[in-house]
Amino acid sequence: MVITESDLWEALGTITDPEIPVLSLVEMKVIRSVSVGHDRAHVVISPTFVGCPAMDMMKSEIRNKLVSFGINHITIETTFSPPWSTDMLSEETREKLRLFGIAPPPQRGANLQADLAQPVRCPFCSSEQTVLESPFGATLCRQLFFCQGCRQSFERFKPL
Amino acid sequence: MSTDHRTKKALHPFLLSMADDELALGHRNSEWTGHSPILEEDIAFSNIAQDELGHSLVWYTELEKHTGKSPDAMAFERPWEEFTCCHFVAYPKGDFAYTVVRQFLFDVGEEVRLTSLLQSSYAPFVDIAGKLLREEEYHILHLRGLIERLGDATDESHKRMQAAVTMAFPQALGVFEKLSTEDDLIQEGVFPGNEKLQSQWLESITPVLQSASLSLPIQQKNGTITPHCKPDNGGRSRNHTPHLQQLIDDLQVVYRAVPGASW
Repeated sequence: MVITESDLWEALGTITDPEIPVLSLVEMKVIRSVSVGHDRAHVVISPTFVGCPAMDMMKSEIRNKLVSFGINHITIETTFSPPWSTDMLSEETREKLRLFGIAPPPQRGANLQADLAQPVRCPFCSSEQTVLESPFGATLCRQLFFCQGCRQSFERFKPL
Repeated sequence: MSTDHRTKKALHPFLLSMADDELALGHRNSEWTGHSPILEEDIAFSNIAQDELGHSLVWYTELEKHTGKSPDAMAFERPWEEFTCCHFVAYPKGDFAYTVVRQFLFDVGEEVRLTSLLQSSYAPFVDIAGKLLREEEYHILHLRGLIERLGDATDESHKRMQAAVTMAFPQALGVFEKLSTEDDLIQEGVFPGNEKLQSQWLESITPVLQSASLSLPIQQKNGTITPHCKPDNGGRSRNHTPHLQQLIDDLQVVYRAVPGASW
């Protein structure tokens, strides 16, 4: 049986982000490219945040998935060019985040402070009466908000 | 080919100094986890710690391409005497004012250096700098906000912040201590040199601190800012304070307890 690149894309699309289990590494745009040859595969990934502790787990899951196809020579290359950005996330991905309870990131402009000052909709009650409590959060890719509408804390994916 | 080889050798002390600085300061920041004055700052400094450790991983990984030594070996197996971080990043975490001032001074230095690396003749630096700058933006925005608010909020906050600036400024100059291969790096266009970076750093930090009513031991003449104190140098030539030994002992204790363990 000949293994094609689209077979691998499909298989890698089943690996979910360890911290956001409703999204796959393909939807997260962590997996950038896949190439396959006889008995070998090369995957290029770009880390979300470089200190993300889930990167090793992601790499080993990619490796295991490819091994299950009988591929023995696997190389995983990390690239920063272009750097990963939340602007790469599709509308569909953003909607999945919101349904999971994490407000999606806004598009990044030239000024981070201005981006953070824009109104944010609560993923639970849709109120825009929300306050940024901290530009940081429980993981590197999230930040902390409070909704005055439903009086609950919520998280937003950190715009990067 | 020989020029290429010389550049690569010249890169080692530069990569190592950046990696070791990030590792040491990342560790110091992590000491606030669970101990910060308010929950939001606990989260912020834990995040910043994780970012800085991530940045050290990037520099150690780049170094590994030249030396073959893994980032784990560099961080956890190396004796403390072999680190080349500046004294500044290894000092104890102090009070929260010192922590805020140190992080601000360090992060602006990092921003200035990374921005210069966007023009580096060494191609991998261009990509790395582009990536790390996006993370640094969050640090600087947050730290600048704290400086602006704490600098002249109350007598007590001003007193503590001023004491922190007076203590941290000469230490921070140690970030820009000349490297052994600095002249080669400048000549090869890898980076513009620490003297230039220090000038840009001074231009960047001075207005922020002064607008927060914090004074610096500097001289300002015809738009040029020069430090008016002795820099706390020595780290780049491995001439360390005992604080680094304590830091590295702490950092490596688990790894050394069971060598080769995995979990």
